[in-house]
Amino acid sequence: MTHENTPAFTRRDLLNMIGTAAGGGAMYQAMTSLGFAAESNFSGPPQLAGAKKGSSVLILGAGLAGMVAALELRNAGYKVTILEYNQRAGGRCWSIRGGDTFTELGGGVQHCSFAKGEYFNAGPWRIPYHHHAVLHYCRQLGVALEPFVQVNYNAWVHSSTAYGGKPQRYRHVQADFQGHVSELLGKATRQGSLDSVLTQEDKEKLLEGLRRWGALDAEFRYRESIATSALRGYEIDPGGGLMPLAKPSRPLELSELLQSRLWRAIAAGQAYEFQSTMFQPVGGMDMIAKAFVRQVGHLIRYQARVTRIEQSERGVTVTFADEARGGALLQEKADWCLCTIPLSILSQIDIQVSAEMQAAINAVPYGSSIKVGLQFKRRFWEEDEHIYGGITYTDLPISRISYPSTRYGASGPAVVLGAYVFEGPNSFEFGAMAPEERVRRAVEYGNQIHPQYAREFDNGVSVAWYRVPGNHGCYGKWTDALRDRHYKALCQVDGRIALAGEHASHIPAWQEGAILSSLDAIRRLHARATA
Amino acid sequence: MNARNIPYYLAGAITVLAAVAGQSAQAQSSTTATGDQPVFSVGPKFQQTAGEAIYRSLCQGCHMPQGEGAKGAGTYPSLARNKKLEAGGYAVYLVVNGQRGMPPFGEMMTDAQVAEVVNYVRTHFGNNFTDAVTAADVKQVRR
Repeated sequence: MTHENTPAFTRRDLLNMIGTAAGGGAMYQAMTSLGFAAESNFSGPPQLAGAKKGSSVLILGAGLAGMVAALELRNAGYKVTILEYNQRAGGRCWSIRGGDTFTELGGGVQHCSFAKGEYFNAGPWRIPYHHHAVLHYCRQLGVALEPFVQVNYNAWVHSSTAYGGKPQRYRHVQADFQGHVSELLGKATRQGSLDSVLTQEDKEKLLEGLRRWGALDAEFRYRESIATSALRGYEIDPGGGLMPLAKPSRPLELSELLQSRLWRAIAAGQAYEFQSTMFQPVGGMDMIAKAFVRQVGHLIRYQARVTRIEQSERGVTVTFADEARGGALLQEKADWCLCTIPLSILSQIDIQVSAEMQAAINAVPYGSSIKVGLQFKRRFWEEDEHIYGGITYTDLPISRISYPSTRYGASGPAVVLGAYVFEGPNSFEFGAMAPEERVRRAVEYGNQIHPQYAREFDNGVSVAWYRVPGNHGCYGKWTDALRDRHYKALCQVDGRIALAGEHASHIPAWQEGAILSSLDAIRRLHARATA
Repeated sequence: MNARNIPYYLAGAITVLAAVAGQSAQAQSSTTATGDQPVFSVGPKFQQTAGEAIYRSLCQGCHMPQGEGAKGAGTYPSLARNKKLEAGGYAVYLVVNGQRGMPPFGEMMTDAQVAEVVNYVRTHFGNNFTDAVTAADVKQVRR
């Protein structure tokens, strides 16, 4: 798209005119039909003009889906109330800090004793650059962002059954896999194995590309050399003055590399979800929740456990137990209801909706996820191993270790994500343990990758999402078959009730899914309310 | 060179030693007192074979150590003295297919494992249903 040197009346002028005359929604439609904006489902906050004076919306759940709806509906003129089960807002947008106490289902209590300023994101922890809605509200609400390091070439990839259990540098596995593949492909190309699909000119260009991409030598070989070391790193780095000369490093041998399966880890960061640039809020993910609370916190009633959701032609009545006062049952009425309660819980609540929506609510199992946050006395991963942010991958039960993407070089304690496991037996096995045992195991396994663990470990906390009282699971675990059968019914406005949350999105387990779902739901709720 | 500035190949050598030591530690710590039941499975399927070990490694995450269940915003049903367990096939069906928020475990367990854990629950926590289900019963429930 060109911005300068355009004719007198450009497409941009046209769009601006449509936007001014007909509102952002119309501009978005026009943009889509003109081929812009198709990459994103977010077109700016919803245009909710013309709300009936005095009409009300009751929102269930003060996570991001609930709070973004509260913000937009209140701005549109609705009277908004939020009922929240927890004593805090944010839902899964949740950071744990020193001084926090957390009681999980089953009664396990953890008192976090992280140092001041340190935190652990129990839920979401990173924001892709294309999660436009999350980024929009961060901008609007003044949430400071910083880069989240997803890929760190100097972090480890580790298999307990390869290389004698010795972790390998990501850059070695990445460069060597790329180099060896380039050499093999070059060989096949030069031997004519690809003649049926490549012209002579194609072959020349491919070989040129492979030589550059894989650091191949003149004979198209991937060998120990200064050139390959320029990708994978040196045995002795180039220095100054009369320091020792740079010495190339020796690539990993092909067959052993293939058999190690360590290449599995190097594709992760190439996925759209994890490509650079990723972000995190400065100070913890819940800075987003706190920013919303500054806007709509006064609308939230905490410790309200919803037990029944009824609707009639005239309005919605929600019954809830006031947990702050011994569970006394109270009622709240409104014209409309946006329910963001996770389906793991909503499927147990008496709710008056169509049979199709009820079937959808009941159909979605919830995913497993556990996280362990570990505080160490010093940043040994930086000081000893030169790892600044990013993720180490391992086949041990902890799955991965992620280093803080902030305050590099700081002295004093720092918190590492010491285990993050979702799905698979290990996440359930961790989840079935007492919180202290999860921490102990995370330290024990992490010590196989960082022997400094034993001496430097200070304290830790763990969160198993099946045991989080307000959630009963991590995220709606859709399958293609379940979506085909139930997704549309779940997302309908049913009389005066609409559902929202990551479970009502195609981006499960991401905050973007929760916000987009909510914005879409209130847009349609508003359309019905003003029809 | 800073003393903490260990060259990576030396740090790696230290790590090798630690990893070897760690692996034997792992082998020890990932088995229970009974000796043959891993605490952590390797791969996409549960490797515990005994009913009690499967319950301790999986089910108690939600249904809790004494089968008492839990109550938060929602409820994890108590399995203790639970009359619904009288029909063995019902419990098998739930473990294999899941229900509402409870995920299906059929693909992560063999027929024998499902039967083992169902029999464990049906004969513990105040339950005394002695008509054991079999792997063949589980196979019938799978779709």
